[in-house]
Amino acid sequence: MSKKNLKYLIKRKDNLYEVVIGLEVHAQVLSESKLFSTSATKFGAEPNTQVSLVDAAFPGMLPVINEFCVKQAIKTGIGLNAKINKRSVFDRKNYFYADLPQGYQISQFKDPIVGEGKVILDMPDGQKEVGIERLHLEQDAGKSIHDIDPQSTFVDLNRSGVALMEIVSKPDLRSPDEVSAYIKKLRSIMRYLGTCDGNMQEGSLRADVNISVRVKGSKEFGTRCEIKNVNSIKFMQMAIEYEANRQVDLIEEGKSIDQETRLFDTKKNETRSMRSKEDAHDYRYFPDPDLLPLEVSDEFISELKNNIPELPDDKKKRFIDEFKLSPYEATILVSDIDTAMYFEEVVAKMGKNKDIKLAVNWITGELFAVLNNKNLEISQSPVSAKNLAVLVNLIKNGTISGKIAKTVFELMLDGDKDPQKIVEEKGLKQQSDPKAIETLIDKIINDNREKAIEYKQGKEKLFGFFVGQAMKASGGKANPQLINEILKKKLQ
Amino acid sequence: MTIDLKTVKHISKLSRISIEDEKAKKLAGDLNSIFEFIEKLNKLNTDKVEPLTSIAETTLKLRKDEVKSENIRDQILKNSPNENKDFFVVPKVVE
Amino acid sequence: MNNIISQSLTDLIKNIKDKKISSEEVTKSFIQRAEKSKKLNCYITEDFENAINKAKKFDKKPNYDSKLPGIPVAVKDLFCTRGLKTTAGSKILSNFVPTYESTVTQNMWSEGAIPLGKLNCDEFAMGSSNETSFFGNVQSPIDKNLVPGGSSGGSASAVAGQLSPITIGTDTGGSIRQPASFTGIVGLKPTYGSCSRYGIVAFASSLDQAGPMAQNVKDCALLQEVISTYDPKDSTSIDFKRSHYSEELTNNIKGKKIGIPKEYRVDDMPKEIEDLWQKGIQYVKDCGAETIDISLPHTSYALPAYYIVAPAEASSNLARYDGVKYGFRVKGENLIDMYEKTRSEGFGAEVQRRIMIGTYVLSSGYYDAYYLKAQKVRKLIKNDFDEVYKKVDAILTPSTPSSAFKIGEKTNDPVSMYLNDIFTVPVNLAGLPAISIPAGHDSKGYPLGLQIIGKAFDEQNILNIAFAMEEKINFKNKIADWWIK
Repeated sequence: MSKKNLKYLIKRKDNLYEVVIGLEVHAQVLSESKLFSTSATKFGAEPNTQVSLVDAAFPGMLPVINEFCVKQAIKTGIGLNAKINKRSVFDRKNYFYADLPQGYQISQFKDPIVGEGKVILDMPDGQKEVGIERLHLEQDAGKSIHDIDPQSTFVDLNRSGVALMEIVSKPDLRSPDEVSAYIKKLRSIMRYLGTCDGNMQEGSLRADVNISVRVKGSKEFGTRCEIKNVNSIKFMQMAIEYEANRQVDLIEEGKSIDQETRLFDTKKNETRSMRSKEDAHDYRYFPDPDLLPLEVSDEFISELKNNIPELPDDKKKRFIDEFKLSPYEATILVSDIDTAMYFEEVVAKMGKNKDIKLAVNWITGELFAVLNNKNLEISQSPVSAKNLAVLVNLIKNGTISGKIAKTVFELMLDGDKDPQKIVEEKGLKQQSDPKAIETLIDKIINDNREKAIEYKQGKEKLFGFFVGQAMKASGGKANPQLINEILKKKLQ
Repeated sequence: MTIDLKTVKHISKLSRISIEDEKAKKLAGDLNSIFEFIEKLNKLNTDKVEPLTSIAETTLKLRKDEVKSENIRDQILKNSPNENKDFFVVPKVVE
Repeated sequence: MNNIISQSLTDLIKNIKDKKISSEEVTKSFIQRAEKSKKLNCYITEDFENAINKAKKFDKKPNYDSKLPGIPVAVKDLFCTRGLKTTAGSKILSNFVPTYESTVTQNMWSEGAIPLGKLNCDEFAMGSSNETSFFGNVQSPIDKNLVPGGSSGGSASAVAGQLSPITIGTDTGGSIRQPASFTGIVGLKPTYGSCSRYGIVAFASSLDQAGPMAQNVKDCALLQEVISTYDPKDSTSIDFKRSHYSEELTNNIKGKKIGIPKEYRVDDMPKEIEDLWQKGIQYVKDCGAETIDISLPHTSYALPAYYIVAPAEASSNLARYDGVKYGFRVKGENLIDMYEKTRSEGFGAEVQRRIMIGTYVLSSGYYDAYYLKAQKVRKLIKNDFDEVYKKVDAILTPSTPSSAFKIGEKTNDPVSMYLNDIFTVPVNLAGLPAISIPAGHDSKGYPLGLQIIGKAFDEQNILNIAFAMEEKINFKNKIADWWIK
């Protein structure tokens, strides 16, 4: 099943290098309140207004765990086909930083809540399986703001204590494209599950990228560098490109690679060593004595399992089997839960005599184009699934032609108008009465007798001319199929 | 085992407590006598013993996902060593 | 009414309920005593004016159904108190005013108690003599040159010296029982999880427990009844059925089986302590209980394990004192410089020493050899207790290996200071309840205590045994008010 994607290799003189990438994705758990405190998690609040005494680590304050966050982590684990650990332990990761009020982060080190799993990527050259090492729950830190004052750093603790899932992949990724596909797949799964909104602009999804390079065919891993906290797929790809080439150059120059933490500078498009992390490598993990081991029962897990929605891989399979979609079409439709939901609603609203292919073409064609132009998500679509279904049905049952449908669609964009009404009000209904079309065609042949003769003598190209004339005469409303049929008969 | 000056300096760095040489020497002495005492544990074979993870013999209780803490920024910043109504302020951090 | 300050809590409550005395009179009496007792250095922060106002308020609208009606109480300065400076005996928190209240103190105020102020203690409760406090050492009411013990030294001196009728302390390795023993009062360390740790400045989270200190067992039982509640704000708080300790208190301990652990007969234990222990054994027998020789084989490993676990947790718990959010800050050239200067000047020598130990034992490469090993030893110690509790209901030991020592006697020798906790530490490691009661005097007239260790959640049983023994012992504290005049 897993075909090696061998396209991304770095060439220097006679050497070909392979890039080995593992990701630590930090996904913000969708929850109302924080992991260990009851303050809100809303994005964009005024600084330090969503901070409790616990989040700011006041003396004597203690963590109390949020059940929903535990459920969200387990659900995500199920979505990643992973082993759920019935017993997990919270540890303290000790280090000093301005936006880490406790002086430690509560995380899971030895015993994470979720163990090994896997995700399947659809790459152009086939499917690729990426191993998941683990998923654990941890607290987010606050935010340090360096650009308000030249001498000082300002600290906002709103984010301090928000629940994160750290999803650690195995070093299975081999190219920037695979990284992109992997992130998109994780995002898709979590959005299906409702466990993370995947909003990278708001920082809900960020990743630490571990990169090493090795001569192609080598079994040993090279020394890796970790690029911290990259918050867009584009930057991840750029950072990998830069970092992989930097490492290859070092090797080619006979120099060694330092295992270190690096930062991606988005302005200069380069990675550089992070000074502030230099001596912080000894995290002195130990089990948090303020918390007991987290134990979940089989019932707790199976209850969650039973309520897992259909996930992208299953949905794709079903779309192919049930709706006879091509794998390509199915992949596009399932990649985002809102698109899948939209499509399924269109299918449902089309009723019995439906043309699913046509609906798919309209969604991935006209609708996507409009969304793209207007920079809208499908959840904000100006045309509802119900009305799109009506439109597709109007084409299918011959009420309007595909061409007219485009006109109708344009009109629908303004306030999600009912296409049926548009057709009626604007008199756009297709002319499907054979007699009327016959009359119309008779007149055209009569008016263009010479051309009719030329056609009959073999100038077949002229057929198009007659179709065009007929359409024009009908104001574009004549059923093109009928025109074809009748014309053929008359011009014989 | 002995804890040398270098180790003391390293631990003080990790602990974020600055220590001048004089104090470090004294501390090294103290730590050595304390660890000499602690090393007594090495006499005990614990290979087959499960470590104790929590003395409270119960499992972690889970709380409902409810927002109960309101905006208490004034309280949060009240004891702050600097005067700023919106933020905690520290010397510039270079990343 | 005369001699208010020498009345027990039980008597004060009765007299207030009978309207023989007012809360204001009681409060003022203890305040006057405190004013005359500054030499003891019990208080870090006094809140006398407010206390009098609150007492007046109570008298105007008394609630006699509450358990501590109008009773003034000073508490160890490790409990966060809303609007009242809370320092933990440290320079680093010397200006810190919490906007919140610890659960245990809240429980007392809710039952009508009136806060007098905050009592001195070893810095972050790290010490056995109350000599590590940034606010100076506390003197023992027993004798001018004696330490009151620690870390709840201010609390012990305040109760023994009659500055507060009762108090609460915290006990991580003996910090309630040892000072209680040194000053001739009663101190209970409850089962881990019995009293909420919410709002208590943390020292070592897996060992810390708040507990009552009082002049007698009954007062101690009543205070325990007030402060011990299940608290969802503390994940280690345990929801068990708590007795009405004072109501159910009985001196009938007939047929109880009391274990006498041979491992507590340590080398160089003074004969006075051995004699006291033998006397204690006789007392419980006189009360109709049976004594059984038992073995707790891993006892001698408790103290080394404790000096790994407690500093390790402390090194992490004290990381939050970094000068960023509250407390003392020293300006620095950059963030790290600020951290290092703040913590170097803000913490005293003993606290720094323990942070260093803790950091070291958790640091890369040493975790297994120290911290993990210590947690395994802890398991063995707990197993020892579990095993003997199949045969006995409680265990009787001396509280400390000696009577109170002199101020300055052990300050330059941390290990000999630590050895003072040898009998109290195993109890914390195993999370058990234990009570220290005054049981006699040594040749110099200094108090000596006996410790009764119980099964988890079996506070009632050890209170009963202590209550029965108290009657037989009939201890009288020899306090001659040396500090007055």
